[in-house]
Amino acid sequence: MTSQTALSGSAADRPNLRRRLAAAGWDRITLLVLPAAAFVVLLFIYPFAYGLVLSFQPAAGGLFANYAKFFSDPYLYDTIGTTMWLGLPATLINMALALPIAFQVRHFRWQRILTTILVIPITLGTVLVAEGLLTYLGPQGWLNRTLIELGVIGSPVRLIHNYWGVFLSLVITGFPFVFLLTLSYVTGIDPALPQAAATLGAGPASRFRHIFLPLLVPGLAVAFCLAFVQAFSVFPSAVLLGAPAGPTRVISIAAYQAAFEQYDHSMASAIAMIMGAVQLVVVVAVLGARTLFYRGPMGSGKG
Amino acid sequence: MAKADHTFGEIRLDRVSRGFDGVMALQDLTLTIRRGEFIALLGPSGCGKSTALNCLAGLLPLTGGSIWLDDRRIDELPPERRGFGMVFQNYALFPHMTVRRNIGFGLAMRGVPRHEADPRIDDAVRMVQLEAHVGKLPGQLSGGQQQRVAIARAIVVQPPLVLMDEPLSNLDARLRLDMRHEIRRIHNELGRSTVYVTHDQDEALSLADRIVVLRDGRVRQIGTPEELYARPAVLDVARFMGYRNVFEGRVEDGGAERAIVVRDGIRLAGTPRGALGSGRASVAIRPEELIPGEDGPGAIPGVVESVEFVGREYAATALTADGLLLHFRSHQRLSLDEPVHLRASPERVLLFAAEEGA
Repeated sequence: MTSQTALSGSAADRPNLRRRLAAAGWDRITLLVLPAAAFVVLLFIYPFAYGLVLSFQPAAGGLFANYAKFFSDPYLYDTIGTTMWLGLPATLINMALALPIAFQVRHFRWQRILTTILVIPITLGTVLVAEGLLTYLGPQGWLNRTLIELGVIGSPVRLIHNYWGVFLSLVITGFPFVFLLTLSYVTGIDPALPQAAATLGAGPASRFRHIFLPLLVPGLAVAFCLAFVQAFSVFPSAVLLGAPAGPTRVISIAAYQAAFEQYDHSMASAIAMIMGAVQLVVVVAVLGARTLFYRGPMGSGKG
Repeated sequence: MAKADHTFGEIRLDRVSRGFDGVMALQDLTLTIRRGEFIALLGPSGCGKSTALNCLAGLLPLTGGSIWLDDRRIDELPPERRGFGMVFQNYALFPHMTVRRNIGFGLAMRGVPRHEADPRIDDAVRMVQLEAHVGKLPGQLSGGQQQRVAIARAIVVQPPLVLMDEPLSNLDARLRLDMRHEIRRIHNELGRSTVYVTHDQDEALSLADRIVVLRDGRVRQIGTPEELYARPAVLDVARFMGYRNVFEGRVEDGGAERAIVVRDGIRLAGTPRGALGSGRASVAIRPEELIPGEDGPGAIPGVVESVEFVGREYAATALTADGLLLHFRSHQRLSLDEPVHLRASPERVLLFAAEEGA
């Protein structure tokens, strides 16, 4: 800066404001963050704060009346357990399926084609998958008819309008997401690491336990959180494929009913807040456990 | 788990071959590694030297041939049951384990009890001088330190054979020289065999007891550094051993001990390596062996094209009348375009039968 070289003495020793800001990580490029920040404030923080405030303004009763009502009515608070009972197993099964498949696909020659096929369900949307499953899993669907033809079962198995319909749809729509994340973590591990472990005497099981697993856990935890949050907010398939009045009355249905059947937006907000809090508790617990593991570069030294 | 055999004698590779989709990356490598021997696999990139190492380690299945540890055939065993130590080019340290756990990994996998493993890990740490760093993660170490961890990890299990895949290629020049000495010292201290892959002939010459020169997946020559340096068997090996001046000429007098090759005003006496025949021959001369001298029979006339001071002497090039560029050495500074008459003693002028199609 020419103006600065002209300055003399103590004034020149002190860097100007622009330099000091740059040293703290602020320069003109930082301004590019502003549109995104505005977007977050307008579409996330403001509605969230609005909902939070709204939830403390019940139609009747004191500040916490909505929350008190939720936790005193089993018809309401049971939805947490119901949703958990769908979301947790579906997420865990997806992870259990994705991990070995990712390990295989890693070496697969047509990795891209297989990945595309596995990922197609993500592009379909939950409603289309639910419609498809209704036909496929229904009493007159292909699955039941095939099983009856083969003599495996005598009468159709009930797989829709109950727990299993929703569960299967969660697995199908959630899998591609978990799989893609897992695949990227698995392929991120330097293949020389398991090879080195092998030359040191580690068999396949030991290599998985001592090399792959510790390096994968942090990534898998993130994948779990994202998939779980998605599964926990299940709505269309719980209505279309499940028994929304009973076994698959998930928490989002309760919120929907409060908002659009009872027109109690304050209560609906309170349920949404509870839903968010439950998700947050699970995510914080999982990510907290993640800090117990190594979270550095997955490579080995200077590649 | 097969325990490493501490009393083994030798490792034999019998026509070991490996192809990838029909292309032979390594063909018929036959070699006996004696106990305590340091073998260097030398060649340009893509010559099959890393393939050979991976075949030995068990990381690549063979497509032909067999590997024997004394009387036991081992080429069908997976790497974890061969018990060879391996130092990878990128070190392949486990990023989530401390230096100490990295080094102790092989012992842990072999189920060596703690009270027995600890002193052995301490010994290995001392041998590579990493006492101050045992609690660190690999990411906190410099390249040279990571390299030492990789070596310690490979040797702590006392394998009959240590395999090293260009272990110095990621280090700077100074450190490379230091680590070269370290590697030879550790090898001597352990008294076990080492197979060392490199593309650097200086490294191979200074480290190895025997060098295997590979090219296009085939062995070109196996010999001691002295043999390869003074008497390369084929032109490829000569090129690799620093014979920078290679040109063709017509064989005029093809004796077995001494032959005369002529080329446009040059008439050179040299030592044939193998049968020359009566056609054309390739002449190979090391720059160090070519010095300016008197004009007369046997001298190559030219004019100085470039001069570089390289410390003890000058490295210079000269251009002959027919456009041949020759590298030579001189004790005096020469001026550009000065005429010179280059001479080499006939023992140091190697003659090879011209390669077909070359």
